[in-house]
Amino acid sequence: MKQFLTFVRKEFYHVLRDRRTLLILFGMPLAQILIFGFALTNEVKNARIAIIDPAKDHASRSLAERIGASNYFEIYEDVTNRNRMETAFKDGKIKLAVVFPARFEHDLMHRHNARIQVIADASDPNYATTLTNYITSIVQDYQQELTGTAGLSYRITPQIRMLYNPQLKGAPNFVPGVMALVLMLVSVMMTAISIVREKETGTMEVLLVSPFKPAWVILSKAVPYLILSLVNVLSIVLMSVMVLQLPVAGSWLLLFAESTLFIVTCLTLGIFISIKTKSQQVAMLISLMGMLLPTMMFSGFMFPIENMPLPLQLFSNVVPAKWFYIIVKSIMIKGLGFTAIWKETLILAGIALFFFIISLRSFKIRLDEY
Amino acid sequence: MNTDETVIQAENLTKRFGDFVATHAISFEVFRGEIFGFLGANGAGKTTAMRMLCGLSIPSSGTARIAGFDVYSQTEEIKRNIGYMSQKFSLYEDLSVVENIRFFGGIYGLDRRLLKHKTNALVERLGLQSEAKKLVAQLPLGWKQKLAFSVSILHEPRIVFLDEPTGGVDPVTRRQFWALIYEAAASGITVFVTTHYMDEAEYCNRISIMVDGRIAALGTPEALKKQLNEPSMDGVFYQLARGARHNP
Repeated sequence: MKQFLTFVRKEFYHVLRDRRTLLILFGMPLAQILIFGFALTNEVKNARIAIIDPAKDHASRSLAERIGASNYFEIYEDVTNRNRMETAFKDGKIKLAVVFPARFEHDLMHRHNARIQVIADASDPNYATTLTNYITSIVQDYQQELTGTAGLSYRITPQIRMLYNPQLKGAPNFVPGVMALVLMLVSVMMTAISIVREKETGTMEVLLVSPFKPAWVILSKAVPYLILSLVNVLSIVLMSVMVLQLPVAGSWLLLFAESTLFIVTCLTLGIFISIKTKSQQVAMLISLMGMLLPTMMFSGFMFPIENMPLPLQLFSNVVPAKWFYIIVKSIMIKGLGFTAIWKETLILAGIALFFFIISLRSFKIRLDEY
Repeated sequence: MNTDETVIQAENLTKRFGDFVATHAISFEVFRGEIFGFLGANGAGKTTAMRMLCGLSIPSSGTARIAGFDVYSQTEEIKRNIGYMSQKFSLYEDLSVVENIRFFGGIYGLDRRLLKHKTNALVERLGLQSEAKKLVAQLPLGWKQKLAFSVSILHEPRIVFLDEPTGGVDPVTRRQFWALIYEAAASGITVFVTTHYMDEAEYCNRISIMVDGRIAALGTPEALKKQLNEPSMDGVFYQLARGARHNP
């Protein structure tokens, strides 16, 4: 046990003294959260939209003006009727259209309930959602103002229609995706590299000749990265709560327990790679191409798996990140408990066990040939 | 050197990888406090033999006892009683001198107080007091090598295995290094060393020369030169290695 702690402490020295490692460990999650959080999704500016206003009354105009006055939208004047709207959508000239009913003001003033149609190009579901949310909030502002001045309740109900992709499949809730990506990178690549580095520098030989058991060498390599990965999970979750205002709907404990399972899965993968490779470069390439790429493509984080051809859909099942992504989404966003994700948990545990066993076996063979 | 006490005893030690026989029934003895040179061209089977003696690789047949322990069944005991230094110095460059000593002492399970005492003594003996807190990467090559050797015998093993310890080092540093080896041997540690340098072979008490997985010659450097009628170790080595399947 004392030997084990000696080893773990040494591993921490390695990590804390290498600036590049530190940067990947702690800079990357930060950068990714910020990039995905701000640069890639939320901010929409000057999106082209059409306003179709057959009513042309006072109320419809003033609402249209408000929409036009916001920074988010730029009104595309060419489209004045529904037929033109169709073609404008298809040509990609507009991303969204607001359609007023023929008697907007009349409906609003006399029936106290008017409907407007908000039609969005949902081929980019994320963008479409953002646009409709902005429209809805502008409409609500207007409605509140009317209610405030008249002392009566007016209701404008935006009816939202998503074109092309009505269910908004694949709307990326990127935090679980970033988590899967970062953990994959840290746990697989860093572990693999750190073990292979010992082979390259010749220190592995010395460790193997020492009475310290080979399995313990591997285990004490894994422990520091498990701890660092958990720190990463914590920092990503904290950032998503504090910076992105995305609260954790479910249990924190469950989230960390599942993350630990995923990290262990990744560690066994990293160890497996390190046993099979001899140089740091090869280990890095395999980790990047063999792990990171499938994680991005097949976890469902960037590309919806449902839209893929069947063989690729089947392949996605062996990508551990896919299951972790589902688990984290269920806990963080949907607030579900363990009963909802036990199947995914079981699959992850199975993958971890599988790689643990084959690593152990190939490690023994390796020792003899090395 | 004390020929009464055998610390390495190998008999018909053989290792096969499939059809390939890496070491073919080698037999030899090494005595306590001896400096035993293990020579051979690349691919002659030196490394395989050494790995078996260190308990890293199980022999295909034959027997060997290291410090009295069996290479088949007592590899744990063997590992506790030997030290090892590889040709790459095998220290951690991003750890300081003291941290390296503590780490390697630590994985041999040395007691904390004893380790502290030994660390201080070692730093002092090597004259590294002012470098003790520096990273090993900043040390000159010769010092790294001396440190690596001292670390490999920190736990006072009965035998130390040195795998081409002086590769890529200048002759002056090599001489200083050999002074350390003599010191260790004088204190009763048996030194088992592989090398490519024939001048180093002359420093050994006895040497064996491996060719194609067999021991082609074994004896004191003087005896071998006489036996093969060669004036230098270079000549001895060349004459023996010429008959190899793959010439070096």
